Amino acid sequence: MRWIWIDKFVEFESGKRAAAVKNITLAEEHLHDHFPGFPVMPETLIIEGMAQTAGILVGEAKKFEEKVILAKIRKAVFFDFVVPGDTIRLEAAIETISPEAASTTGKIFCGAKIIAEIDLMFSHIDRNIAGKEFPEENFVFTDTFKSLMRSLSLKE
Amino acid sequence: MAVNRDEIFKKVQGVLVDALGVDEEEVSSDSTLMGDLGAESIDFLDIVFRLEKAFAIKIPREELFPIENLMNNPQYVKDGKMTAAGLAEIKAKMPHTNLSEFEKDPNINKLGDLFTVNSIVNYIESKLKS
Repeated sequence: MRWIWIDKFVEFESGKRAAAVKNITLAEEHLHDHFPGFPVMPETLIIEGMAQTAGILVGEAKKFEEKVILAKIRKAVFFDFVVPGDTIRLEAAIETISPEAASTTGKIFCGAKIIAEIDLMFSHIDRNIAGKEFPEENFVFTDTFKSLMRSLSLKE
Repeated sequence: MAVNRDEIFKKVQGVLVDALGVDEEEVSSDSTLMGDLGAESIDFLDIVFRLEKAFAIKIPREELFPIENLMNNPQYVKDGKMTAAGLAEIKAKMPHTNLSEFEKDPNINKLGDLFTVNSIVNYIESKLKS
């Protein structure tokens, strides 16, 4: 299993907002356990999908030079289940971005129906954890994530 | 625009309720952010972002919560205590903070207690006046 919880970007406005979609399918094994006979996408993974949408938006704003990690879930409210066959649309917007961190707001829809509101905070770790050494290479934005950008035909 | 202290406190209280997931009643003017309200390091940035939005001001890094750089400087910290030079630096950098208790025992583990709701209100008040 690959840890990617969005399928592609459908809109991307650098430094401002992005929208991604994810199709939910019964081929995702965890849905058979969550729950037997009642498959719903775990809300934690919905948050992760938003973190990937918003995190790539934040990373791209600094040309992927910062290591952007999810630092805080500022808000996560869910209004409905996401079930196999659904296509969800994850919309993220940058609220504030500074040299050391960024905050984002986000909404998730299934068609016209709102599924969740998820606001997050990201840290640029090299600038926040003084004295700790991290690897030079950007281990956050690996090729797998960059391939999502390619689907939008944005330049790396 | 004149904004009175009560209004500032109310807004700061709202910011802390949202940022730290605490109840309004828990946020009094002498509550400490870390000890009483459970703030962790990333919360300080969250609080700064939310204050900037709530009051439509810019808060430069190291202005409201400036201790990070002080802690890593051997000139200011010795044997787990703040040196005289360190105290002078804190005074200069944090005029919005009440240091009288800390001066009696400048143990750096107690630095967190300097960040109180009142110190934020003082900071915002001076920022809005300038």
